[in-house]
Amino acid sequence: MTQLPASTAKKLGLVIDLDTCVGCHACVISCKGWNTENYGAPLSDQDAYGANPSGTFLNRVHSYEVQPEAGTAQLIHFPKSCLHCDDAPCVTVCPTGASYKRVEDGIVLVNESDCIGCGLCAWACPYGARELDAKEGVMKKCTLCVDRIYNENLPEEDRVPACVRTCPAGARHFGDLGDAESEVSQLVAARGGFDLMPEQGTKPVNKYLPPRPKDVAPEFDVLAPFLDPVATDGKGFAHWLDKALSALPGGAK
Amino acid sequence: MHPAKSVIIFTTFSGLGFGLLFWLGIGAITPTGWMAFVWFTIAYLAAVGGLLASTFHLGRPERAIKAFSQWQTSWLSREGICAVATLLVMAVYGAGLVFFDRVLAPLGWIGALGALATVFTTSMIYAQLKTVPRWRHWSTPALFLTLSVGGGALLAGQVTEALVLLALAAGLQVYGWITGDTALARSGTDMATATGLGHIGTVRAFEPPHTGTNYLMREFIHVVGRKHAQALRVIAAVLAFVLPVVFLLLPFSHIWGALALVSHIAGVLVLRWLFFAQAEHVVGLYYGKR
Repeated sequence: MTQLPASTAKKLGLVIDLDTCVGCHACVISCKGWNTENYGAPLSDQDAYGANPSGTFLNRVHSYEVQPEAGTAQLIHFPKSCLHCDDAPCVTVCPTGASYKRVEDGIVLVNESDCIGCGLCAWACPYGARELDAKEGVMKKCTLCVDRIYNENLPEEDRVPACVRTCPAGARHFGDLGDAESEVSQLVAARGGFDLMPEQGTKPVNKYLPPRPKDVAPEFDVLAPFLDPVATDGKGFAHWLDKALSALPGGAK
Repeated sequence: MHPAKSVIIFTTFSGLGFGLLFWLGIGAITPTGWMAFVWFTIAYLAAVGGLLASTFHLGRPERAIKAFSQWQTSWLSREGICAVATLLVMAVYGAGLVFFDRVLAPLGWIGALGALATVFTTSMIYAQLKTVPRWRHWSTPALFLTLSVGGGALLAGQVTEALVLLALAAGLQVYGWITGDTALARSGTDMATATGLGHIGTVRAFEPPHTGTNYLMREFIHVVGRKHAQALRVIAAVLAFVLPVVFLLLPFSHIWGALALVSHIAGVLVLRWLFFAQAEHVVGLYYGKR
């Protein structure tokens, strides 16, 4: 059913720390690995070993260079997947009811057996979170690893999305963003978590934590005094050596 | 946006077909017998042919029937329902003319309204999208409707109406181009809001997520199309509006009428190609492109 629920009991989602992300793409790989062999159709690749490889991914990491008015540019790695929006425009445009937002936890899912692959949901999503699988002809998107987070066959520490479980930098956090007391909500409050494209009115559940301001290193270098040019004062051994070497045929003047 | 052939053909020819059904429905022409059969065949070939073409861009066309279920929220679903309902009503109206020489006027009026509703719902599929600022404007449905009814008038030989509607469509199109060219900038969405990093400084896409292309880039980023956009606008305007009006103003002959129609259809095809190729989807911003 493509009508959005008025409210959801929980708002499960991700908090992504742009300060901590090192851009290793491990989340991309673990996401593809888990989701290609679990919920729904596999995530196909086309020409995977050829000249123009292309494939379906539910999570991609961009890298941006941000140039402040003064100082050096910053490189910021930027993982992006479905934001499980409260006001998800991808759900309401679906003509078949294949796209829906769950009342119990707010996860946005696609019922693949109802999807006709018209692509309109991908058109409606400002974030590029949905990709039409070229082989299956159905829309694929992040499921927030719905088949992990409630899966009692997995050890408890694995009951989080694959991207969160695998992140070596601890840049990805999973939890209930509808609960102000949850760890993720407190993290968002403490670090000033923000929405992507708030002007689009999608009310994303996932939040991004901004990079912390760069501190300025004081000028210190214990080796610097020893590395100063030594032959400028015209005295001592170094001066003699400088002159002697310069006097050699072909020596630097 | 990627200008998909199937969608360009669909919007052009179903627009024309439903435009003709509108004029048939309101009784602007009431052919009977074999002539009615010919008129309705032309209208249905265009309308149904266009609708069938649109199914070619589906990943799973065999499930298309499911698309009639979500009319409460989805413009695409509403379009499907309006199209089928209109075609059924007009089939009965047409049968009255073909077999019984009867004008079932109330049915015709319902069918005409349905034809307008179908074109309107088609246009709203595009106009509803906040993600494509160029389309999200009242001129999108206005233009789709005037082009459809204007093209239908041309096809139905309603010369005066066609002249007025084509002139109106030309005006709307020029207005749409002028406002559309600044729509993305006015939308407030840019790389700073897309990444939320604007408070630090100027954001530049440094590395894309993959070395190759992907579905999003193929579907939403169409750079090549804009290169010749200005020239194509002139060509489209001449073919869709100027030449048909000139041909209609000449002393009437069926040859001029046919040329006006052919020129108009060619022009609308170019217009639709531009409609997609020039439209910028905000997701391109994540790739530093549009």
